[in-house]
Amino acid sequence: MSGLPSLNANLEQEFGLINPVMPYLRQDRIPHIWCPGCGIGTTVNCFARALTDSGMDLDKVAIVSGIGCTGRVAGYMNLDSFHTTHGRAIPFATGLKLANPGMKVVVYSGDGDLTAIGGNHFVHAARRNMDLMIVCVNNFTYGMTGGQVAPTTPIGPTQTTMPYGNFENPFNLPFLADACGAVYVARWTVYHVKQLAKAMLDGLNKKGFVFIEAMSPCPTLYSRRNRLGDGVDQLKYYKEKSVIRNGADTKEVGIAYQGEIVVGKFVDRERPTWLDSMNSHFGSVFGDRFTPYGVTDGQE
Amino acid sequence: MSSNAPVKQGKGTIFVRTEICKGCSFCIDFCPTHCIEFSREFNAKGYHFPVLPRPEDCTGCDLCGLYCPDFAIYGIKFKDIEKRRQAAAPEPLVPAQP
Repeated sequence: MSGLPSLNANLEQEFGLINPVMPYLRQDRIPHIWCPGCGIGTTVNCFARALTDSGMDLDKVAIVSGIGCTGRVAGYMNLDSFHTTHGRAIPFATGLKLANPGMKVVVYSGDGDLTAIGGNHFVHAARRNMDLMIVCVNNFTYGMTGGQVAPTTPIGPTQTTMPYGNFENPFNLPFLADACGAVYVARWTVYHVKQLAKAMLDGLNKKGFVFIEAMSPCPTLYSRRNRLGDGVDQLKYYKEKSVIRNGADTKEVGIAYQGEIVVGKFVDRERPTWLDSMNSHFGSVFGDRFTPYGVTDGQE
Repeated sequence: MSSNAPVKQGKGTIFVRTEICKGCSFCIDFCPTHCIEFSREFNAKGYHFPVLPRPEDCTGCDLCGLYCPDFAIYGIKFKDIEKRRQAAAPEPLVPAQP
């Protein structure tokens, strides 16, 4: 436990107890740099819980991040991880998945990285139904660079680049993912930890393009600039204003400034993944001359 | 159990690594039984860390551990500790008095 004191430390030592999330973290990098009240660490807890529940071989799980506050997750998780250039988490993950078809590749990044700088990659990976799990931590802003307007910022709040309030129409991320062809689309907030962990577990077991949006507070740059209080005040807002509506039409789940947040599992369907489509197509064109790729499930 | 171990009350307890706590109060506000509170002391960074003033209410549900963004707290049920102890040493730690 790297020598940090703990309450009840003697009891902890006596029975060899450890925080269940600790085996998934690179402990030499803890404490992390996220602000007090930031929800990214909570989503990491949920992800660790989902990994525990799935019982997966951790050598077969890789995590890829882009740039940003959420991009640091790849550095803190004790899995095979890669911290890519800005917006290019999905292209890197696509290559990783196609070179290692038996590996479960998780893309863990923020809203700005995935849908603004990497927006095109997101659209096309969903269209191809690449077998990736995308966890998008949505905090309505660019946290690391100083609070600029992100494509998910709702109409109204003041941001560094919108000092009189934002007037741009925001993305509705579940609708975007659904329209592009994702097979699993869910949205939960950091308040809904159990449901978020369950959604991540479903995503780990699902084949195809899985999109999970986790709403998270940004206390330093979004809440404080708009006088919305601390991280915990944002969690209370999530608690009050979120409505669980599983299977809701994704067209109607857009978010207004401090308005109602529709959460739940919106889409769960089956579509052939990119590798399955390639194998079946080339199998029909070339017949016996074609050896299907990646069906041995990582035994090579 | 060592002499300065906490008195076993309630169904579970929490463990806090006080030095990495940033005082966000997620565990305090969302504890289902409201048994966690801020300490009066500070840690080295100047944050108040959580303590357990009402240990009899704690169920060890580990919801605080799931919420904590700094990986500083977790809860555990006494029956899980007991299971772990029995797995390590099958005989009871303190032999039953005749």
